[in-house]
Amino acid sequence: MADKRRQKRAEQALKSEQRAMPRYRVRRWVLLALLAASSVVLVARAVDRQIFETDFLQHEGQRRHLRVVEMPAYRGMITDRQGEPLAISTPVDSVWANPRVLSPDAKTLMPLAKILGKDVDELRRLLAERSNRAFVYLERRVNPDLAAAVDELDTKGVELQREYRRYYPAGEVFAHVIGFTGVDDVGQEGLELAYEEWLKGTNGKKMVIRDGRARAVKDVENIQKPMPGNNLTLSLDRRLQFLAYRELKAAVKHNKAKSGSAVILDARTNEVLAMVNQPAYNPNGSKRGKAGRFRNRAVTDVFEPGSTMKPLTIAAALETGRYKPDTVIDTTPGYYRVGRHQVKDYRNYGVIDVSTVILKSSNVGVSKIALDMPKEDLYSFFSKLGFGDPTSTGFPGESGGQLTPPQRWAKIDQATLSFGYGLSVTPLQLARAYSVLAADGVKRQLSLIKRDKIPDGERVMRASTAKAVRKMMEAVVSSEGTAPAAAVPGYRVAGKTGTAKKSISGGYADDRYLAVFAGIVPASDPRLVMVVMIDEPSAGKYYGGQVAAPVFSKVMTGALRLLNIPPDDLPEESVRLASLGGEK
Amino acid sequence: MIRQSRLSGLPESNPTRAEGLLSDMHLDLPLLTGLILLCGFGLLVLYSASGQDVAQIERQLVRMALGFTSMVILAQAPPASLRRWSPWLFGASILLLLAVLVAGKMGKGAQRWLDLGFFRFQPSELTKLAVPMVVAWFLAEKALPPQWKRLLIAGLMILIPVLLIAKQPDLGTSLLVASAGIFVLFLAGLSWRFIGGMILVAIPSAWALWEWGMRDYQRNRVLTFLNPESDPLGTGYHIIQSKIAIGSGGLYGKGWLNGTQSHLEFLPERTTDFIFAVIAEEHGFFGILVLLSLYLFIIMRGLFIAAQAQDTYGRLLGGALILVFFVYLFVNTGMVSGILPVVGVPLPLVSYWGTSIVTIMAGFGILMSIHTHRKLLPT
Repeated sequence: MADKRRQKRAEQALKSEQRAMPRYRVRRWVLLALLAASSVVLVARAVDRQIFETDFLQHEGQRRHLRVVEMPAYRGMITDRQGEPLAISTPVDSVWANPRVLSPDAKTLMPLAKILGKDVDELRRLLAERSNRAFVYLERRVNPDLAAAVDELDTKGVELQREYRRYYPAGEVFAHVIGFTGVDDVGQEGLELAYEEWLKGTNGKKMVIRDGRARAVKDVENIQKPMPGNNLTLSLDRRLQFLAYRELKAAVKHNKAKSGSAVILDARTNEVLAMVNQPAYNPNGSKRGKAGRFRNRAVTDVFEPGSTMKPLTIAAALETGRYKPDTVIDTTPGYYRVGRHQVKDYRNYGVIDVSTVILKSSNVGVSKIALDMPKEDLYSFFSKLGFGDPTSTGFPGESGGQLTPPQRWAKIDQATLSFGYGLSVTPLQLARAYSVLAADGVKRQLSLIKRDKIPDGERVMRASTAKAVRKMMEAVVSSEGTAPAAAVPGYRVAGKTGTAKKSISGGYADDRYLAVFAGIVPASDPRLVMVVMIDEPSAGKYYGGQVAAPVFSKVMTGALRLLNIPPDDLPEESVRLASLGGEK
Repeated sequence: MIRQSRLSGLPESNPTRAEGLLSDMHLDLPLLTGLILLCGFGLLVLYSASGQDVAQIERQLVRMALGFTSMVILAQAPPASLRRWSPWLFGASILLLLAVLVAGKMGKGAQRWLDLGFFRFQPSELTKLAVPMVVAWFLAEKALPPQWKRLLIAGLMILIPVLLIAKQPDLGTSLLVASAGIFVLFLAGLSWRFIGGMILVAIPSAWALWEWGMRDYQRNRVLTFLNPESDPLGTGYHIIQSKIAIGSGGLYGKGWLNGTQSHLEFLPERTTDFIFAVIAEEHGFFGILVLLSLYLFIIMRGLFIAAQAQDTYGRLLGGALILVFFVYLFVNTGMVSGILPVVGVPLPLVSYWGTSIVTIMAGFGILMSIHTHRKLLPT
């Protein structure tokens, strides 16, 4: 009974509870409808985005994470004729920033500035200048340890970019010939500039995936491989270049000269084997300082060749057939008048033959011979030797020198031309003219690039003329000549000194000289031609025979040995011994 | 037990026995299944979104374990006890909210955390349970529908914690707390006239505020809040990136661990607020359909439980809790897909968002308690 009553009470309680709890049917349906409606909205939105807009949005996504980036191409290497590297590209990193991402507060910039060795304010200024861009270089081509430090810092908005940096192992020795590239790896000077198209590579392109911090995460595909540039093999010989550079530098320093140049040619191929200048610069260092240091004076600067012209004038005379080495010329009393001007010798040489004109370097003798020839003939001979005409090396900034056409020559012009005044040449041009004498009268194009074979030349004079002039020039280096200092032991040297007064406005300076020596060795079978030019020696000596000739001697002594060129001036006995020794 | 029977070589485990065991533990099988599936899916997504960060997965697992534990504990408490505790819990949470305002630690630019020395605690999370509980308790005292005076008091019970949380400021949580309370009012029978009246008052007063009550910069702020894409480098950045992520998922998605927007760090907050975009990108439209179905299943089961409740308190509270769960889902997915403005609300049980997992699971514990403590009517 009690059980039944309790159950009844419980039922009543439940019922009353249910009465107090209205069911709110409408409310339930409203709730369910709201729920359904919002689910439909969500799904509709998903349909819209994921089915109808998906192509567009996928493209948008790719636009954000796919990027085409350039792959730097390797610039061709420059080597000497033996393959020794003279200019090589090494990979380096540049530090760049995205000014939109990199926060300019001191806490972020301070460690970065410290690594890069810059001021925080400087960085901030850089960022402010490019604040509307997404790229600014903070520092180009940093050292590998700096790059590693920047990478480790992992600053948001600062990234590294791989680039190539040009490095010149031979430094200042080859600086003028090779030149250098700018910060974008484009040639600025010298052969780097002249052969830009040949050396430069074509940058490649690749597609990469980049993350939200703009760093490349993964390569997707190579669109274009980077095409490395071509290597360039120079005709220059590193050993000869170093030798010539060392001796020229020593001579310029010793004679307190303003500048100097030296050129060595291979007499058979007319390749340039060495080309050095003073003052020089370090192509690996900063390119600040006087612009003059960058000039390759051997091709850009002209000078009046002075007495080094005389053998060429004599060659012209021999070509006429009216002169022979033993033709006699009266030079007494050591001077004579040409119009209002006077041509003078150092002293009165009296009646001498043509050989002695060269030997003693007689202005009177050589000018009398020149005046005896039609000026057109003289002009055409000189221009065939390449005076007034740039060499075909294509070197940037090359000067062609000056040779005035004969129509405008006064008599005195013709006279002074014969001993090297009134025209201007570069050291390289003078060397080219002498190479014709060395090559038995054949003129070949010069080259700074290594040649596979000897190119065809153009005959400028008879072989006999060239040989005869060389023979006369050998005497110059003898003890009676003007340049015994140019002698090379064991070899016959044919050469000529020049000591030109420097032209200044309104005439010639009496105390500023230019010392030149041009020579050929071995004279019997010429292999090397060298021109040494030293500008304004001011330590007392100024004659070409005193200042330039010793450089020739020292360099050629070394060069002949390095190139293994057999001597042509040994007593019978020692030649035999030497050849025996060589066979061992 | 099931495992034991398998080990002993018995054929299939006896479902009735398992059901019996679960109801002994006061757990609801459909709800539990749904929750476990959701949490499992959430862990997979988080593994991808976090960039395969195992440490983050471990921390999320710890939170889930905490959540399941509190769910099981609360499921044991009979609704009558919960009802008795309601006012005390409410009082405590108000005090804690005040404490946060006074001594709160700064966390993410807002005062939300209370440092208790051994662990940090977010009182606003407690409020998500305390407010619907106390309102349900208060309204269930008298017959429904409630009188105007009682409605007013209930309204204050909601408004005070909501304002305290909004002051922290935590817009997302205050919105969820407010909606929890309002759902209780609605379920308790808030008259349609009142609802209509509120709407009629709200629209013109909002217009008046816009027209006369705001300065230009404030209007701009409201506009970017409502349309974030007008500010592509600020708030809009999130929305644009997530729009791209969702859209580039397409029908089938890019595959697990293969989302580019999310893995390449374009998508901000990808493990927390914007994890839905990761799911959309990697699993595509079908992935979203599966996820939404799972959520809807849980919500429908929750609504069913609330409808089955035998007393007013249980029905009001249960209904409010499950509806708030839906609000979580809708606000988060709506925000990520650009339907709603950006408010910091996690995707429930999936986002890497510590305290919310515990609170949500505790809410499910209460729902299970309501369902499993029913008195069976004698037939």
